[in-house]
Amino acid sequence: MTYAQAAPDLHAQASALFKRKRVWSFAMPGLVLAYLLYAFVAFDVAGLFASARWDNGLHLIKDTYSYKTHVTRDNRTGAVSYAIEGERKGEYPEGQHPEWAVTTGDVTTIALTHGQEVRYYPDHVEYEVPGYGIIRAAPGRSGVNATLPAGPVPDWINASANRLSTSNEAGRVTITRNRTEVFRYATGWELFFFTLDSPYHGLGLGEVVTLAWAGEMPQIWGDFWQNRMWRHSDVAWALFETVLMAFLGTFGAALVALPLAFLAARNFTPLLVVRQACRRVFDLCRGVDALIWTIVLSRAFGPGPLTGALAILLTDTGSFGKMFSETLENVDDKQIEGIRSTGANPVQRYRFGVLPQVTPVFLSQVLYFFESNTRSATVIGAITGGGIGLLLTQAMITQKDWEEVTYYIILIILTVFVMDSLSGWLRRKLIKGDAGGH
Amino acid sequence: MADLTASVPGARSSAQIRADYLEIARRKRVYSAILVAIFAALMISGFMLADSRNAGGFWDGLHQIFDFPKLVIAEAWEKRANLPANIARYLPALIETLNIAAVATLIGAMLGTVLSMLSTRGLARWPRAIPLFRRLMDVMRAVPEIVIALILIFVLGGGPVPAMIAIAFHTSGALGKLFSEVNENASLKPVEGLASVGATWTQRMVLGVMPQVAPNYLSYALLRFEINIRASAILGFVGAGGIGYELKNSMSWGIGKFDEAAAIFLLLFLTIVGVDQLSSYFRNLLTHGRKKGVFL
Repeated sequence: MTYAQAAPDLHAQASALFKRKRVWSFAMPGLVLAYLLYAFVAFDVAGLFASARWDNGLHLIKDTYSYKTHVTRDNRTGAVSYAIEGERKGEYPEGQHPEWAVTTGDVTTIALTHGQEVRYYPDHVEYEVPGYGIIRAAPGRSGVNATLPAGPVPDWINASANRLSTSNEAGRVTITRNRTEVFRYATGWELFFFTLDSPYHGLGLGEVVTLAWAGEMPQIWGDFWQNRMWRHSDVAWALFETVLMAFLGTFGAALVALPLAFLAARNFTPLLVVRQACRRVFDLCRGVDALIWTIVLSRAFGPGPLTGALAILLTDTGSFGKMFSETLENVDDKQIEGIRSTGANPVQRYRFGVLPQVTPVFLSQVLYFFESNTRSATVIGAITGGGIGLLLTQAMITQKDWEEVTYYIILIILTVFVMDSLSGWLRRKLIKGDAGGH
Repeated sequence: MADLTASVPGARSSAQIRADYLEIARRKRVYSAILVAIFAALMISGFMLADSRNAGGFWDGLHQIFDFPKLVIAEAWEKRANLPANIARYLPALIETLNIAAVATLIGAMLGTVLSMLSTRGLARWPRAIPLFRRLMDVMRAVPEIVIALILIFVLGGGPVPAMIAIAFHTSGALGKLFSEVNENASLKPVEGLASVGATWTQRMVLGVMPQVAPNYLSYALLRFEINIRASAILGFVGAGGIGYELKNSMSWGIGKFDEAAAIFLLLFLTIVGVDQLSSYFRNLLTHGRKKGVFL
């Protein structure tokens, strides 16, 4: 075959190849785009965004960095109570109140920001909004009896016969027949360190440190750690539980999978039946998935960290078994032969010929799974009821304390970060150590 | 051996070397034993702690472990005539779960590609911003999907989109890291060649880097797709639509709907195993096909 004969053929081949590539390079993005468009319609993204509750989102964002103090007046008895976030745990003790609320005689005056002011009189309520006027309401058996200033009702006021609620940049006011409530917003995570009933509430850092030096450290720590609002000890314990789930699950799975992996590797188990049986077990463990394992196991063991750990253990036994047996099949035979030539028995051959080769690989795989399981444990905890995942979902479902949700999220991310760097550090350390040793 | 020791100044006798070696080996063995002991102690105490914190104990529950599967299977077997109907009924939910995973993987892979290019030395558009993009990917990887999904469910309402966004967010971080490791091994010559003819950054990346790394990218994306199917099933369980949601409904109904639960279990299991097998087949093809220089 001469060059002249071959050339046109080659040319045709090359252009066909180019053409095919060109078609592909245009078709692929087109296909992806078409699929995304289909998904856009199938998920009804447009409808979803139309019905999205952006006010919820705004409320959420605002709540992450601020807290509100409820000033509640029982309209039957006339008693006024102050509570942070409206919780019993955040109630001001009898006789104490925030400095922006003043009681003179029968009248309680609550100063809001933006120059607004709410006054509780024995028989009626006045809400003064600069630039709008004074809203009056006399809640009683017949309704709230609100009188608004003349003119059109602005959209931050929602008035009906039995309920008047307003919401603007200064805070929220809700008046019903039975009670009148003012929500006053302030920036920060209130009571994060000490609750109101603690003697250390309201002290500066310097003062607390001085008291700690003076020998009050245990009480200070106790008041902080047992903070009923933020429950630091419970949260720390939940975080620990989550890490524990990941730890037990991952390393337990590695221990279970190690012997099985030898049985599933071609070069260690000549028996096809045993090999296939092991592999099917791995496939089953992996295929059933952590979700289903969690459901099945929580029926037997009840909610808690052990259930989560076992669910991770079962799923990962499958993954590890598969990965370990693949690693074992790629093991270098020369080292085993070398050990064999010295007259070593099979156990010694495994110990000195196989394990040193595979340990770094196994360890790095296990550690990699450990860090990703810290995340999974959060999700599994939310389903099975253990660890920080449970606290997070609870806080989210009640939909009121978004600053707690923020706190948990930050803690989760920090934990994952720490586990990430810890396992990375260990991985580098162990692998380097192993390569140098033996 | 004798020559070697002789050539070292201040050579020691081989007996001494042997003694030293044995000493080192012994110390190493002691350290290993201590490590193993610590590990065993951690595992055992951790297990006992988890056991005590669990609502039901391990040993009490162990013999009940098959009670629930038995219950489900018994009911499913009783109503086995319903199985095809149930499978047909939950197929749309399964497709929704698959769609969530697929869209999330696609979007995540696209974002991850951009992030990985921006955070690889030699390829980055703004070399000074490399640490910034790396940290960004770390944060994206660290946030568990459930956190974003729950927040978005609160704002957008339940449905597939919150799950999709949550998974895509996590995927872009995870794939971005893997992709940037692939990028490190890409040859810079095509990039320099393209730069010399005045190609923009985007053109250099798409024409110079992408053809080199595409098989590895695809292989990682397939692996991620598999993981994302599991994630989207789990997120459904906390209210984000798809088959997980249906599973939760039929589970919380309890006895009477276990035939439906069994059908969903079966669908989920078959899907995961099927995608697992398919993706490992294609990944094998990609890693071995790469040697022939085939792009797609």
